[in-house]
Amino acid sequence: MKSNRAVRLPGGLSFRLDVRALTVVVGLLAAALAASVVLIGTGDFPMSAADVLRTLAGEGNAGQELIVNELRLPRVLVGLLVGASLGLGGALFQSVSRNPLGSPDVLGLGQGATAGALTVIVVFSGTAGQVALGALAGGLLTGFVIYVLAWKRGVHGYRLVLVGIGVSAVVTAVNGYLLTKSDIVDAARAVVWMTGSLSGRDWDQVWPLLALCAVLVPLVLAHSGALRMMEMGDDVAYALGVRVERVRLVLMLSAVLLTASATAAAGPVSFVALTAPQLARRLTRAPGPNLVAAVCMGAALLVTADWISQRAFGADQLPVGVVTGVLGGVYLLWLLVTERRAGRI
Amino acid sequence: MNRLSAENVTLAYDQRVIAEQLSVEIPDNSFTVIVGPNACGKSTLLRALSRMLKPSAGRVLLDGQVIQSMPAKKVARTLGLLPQSSIAPDGITVGDLVARGRYPHQGLLRQWSAEDERVVRESMARTRVGELAERYVDELSGGQRQRVWIAMALAQQTPLLLLDEPTTYLDIQHQIDVLDLCADLHEEQGRTLVAVLHDLNHAARYATHLVALREGRVIAQGAPKDIVTAGLVEEVFGLRCQVIDDPATGTPLVVPAARTARTGGKGRQTGTAGTS
Repeated sequence: MKSNRAVRLPGGLSFRLDVRALTVVVGLLAAALAASVVLIGTGDFPMSAADVLRTLAGEGNAGQELIVNELRLPRVLVGLLVGASLGLGGALFQSVSRNPLGSPDVLGLGQGATAGALTVIVVFSGTAGQVALGALAGGLLTGFVIYVLAWKRGVHGYRLVLVGIGVSAVVTAVNGYLLTKSDIVDAARAVVWMTGSLSGRDWDQVWPLLALCAVLVPLVLAHSGALRMMEMGDDVAYALGVRVERVRLVLMLSAVLLTASATAAAGPVSFVALTAPQLARRLTRAPGPNLVAAVCMGAALLVTADWISQRAFGADQLPVGVVTGVLGGVYLLWLLVTERRAGRI
Repeated sequence: MNRLSAENVTLAYDQRVIAEQLSVEIPDNSFTVIVGPNACGKSTLLRALSRMLKPSAGRVLLDGQVIQSMPAKKVARTLGLLPQSSIAPDGITVGDLVARGRYPHQGLLRQWSAEDERVVRESMARTRVGELAERYVDELSGGQRQRVWIAMALAQQTPLLLLDEPTTYLDIQHQIDVLDLCADLHEEQGRTLVAVLHDLNHAARYATHLVALREGRVIAQGAPKDIVTAGLVEEVFGLRCQVIDDPATGTPLVVPAARTARTGGKGRQTGTAGTS
């Protein structure tokens, strides 16, 4: 309550500002953009931040324009959008299941998308575009299966997590089978896809993701008040006038779409969906779903991880999923240890 | 005509029918208490009255309209509910939780008005949790926490307030504390209160209107003084007892018969009375 400020305008308009949360969001946005500029300047042909900004403003030379606008900018934009989508998808899942483990990584959505992609790679030897479509279909199908199995009469946090783990185990087995059936070329391609990578992403990946985010992010944010009420249990939310079933359906569908399309664009980048909302929440120290902060955190995290992987191992040597996996895994362990000390798990 | 009523409702979870052709009127400005043995359908009835459960037949009317057909937020400004199970989100303060009760009065352009702030402060003062405003809800005792949830329901500013077993899990002084608060809300502010209570003596002491349910049917309803008799208790709960005047309030007081009297002198019967 302390950091909440009310802003009241004539005509009965009033808004609530959480100063700390707003500061965190602005800070994360700045960090994400700064990391993006640095990332664009990183590679075999390094550029200073000033050069990058000048080129983005349309005042660079031809060589710089090619490198920035055609090669590196789309990759960074895909990174930002994938991070934002995963952050938002994860925050939605965690909030609806009232469980930090109820995130897409644990629930097997990533594995489901992988199964779709592997099927296209191994069985049909499809193009990159077809692989993305396969991943999208796999993610949506997995989301649907989890919905059917776990949603009967409302979600209970652990039920969703357990069903998700079960689904995840089955799909992982399918993925293993598909890999053993593949020849060595397909298998190598599949493994690179499975760690999650941004290399070689171009404008063809940017536009669909951008369009999807442009629709889903405002839709989700419009429901964030209702989601906040649902954190107190379905009964309380009903009593406060939330149409719980409808809101939950809209939000879960959005979360599955966001996660599946992010995975389709960049592969199953691990742990961003799990960690971004948790980190965001610890920074804002606000109860509630913290959706905007999770979006910004996801974007900042992914671009930073991509920069680390390029910086430390050279361009395209190490897929970004490895770095987010290490960062996320360490963070998760830290979280579990501290929560245990606090006596909550 | 009363503001809230159930007309010939059939209440069921999936295939399990709890009540059929059940009709109940909630008298305006009453403190109505619903009593009955476990699994008699009292909580189910409350869920139906608060549109949490859609009747498979019949209808629940609020101000003459079928409750399911009304806009959700409009219902939430008329009828509040304190459910049995509610979850305090991690790291939420008392003040923030109570403020969430204003949700049905808020919108995209009206997020936190001066009126909201005033009502929240009043609700907290009313339930004596004002000094806890900055504390975390997780740190509170059971009795304090229940008062915070009641404050949240009050912040909703509804003329009707439904409470599902508000005294469960509280020790005796906190049970009385919560019931006193309910009585105050009823008397001073003219609210219509509907509560499900386990304790028949509490019900007889606090209710102005009592509804006794058994197996999904209303066995008796009316002022406790008029309807609570040994015969009714035996019929509803299957318990032999004596009904005397409560020495403190003069309301009916149910005193279960001694074990020897109930079991025909053998005195060996186990099992719990009142759950048959």
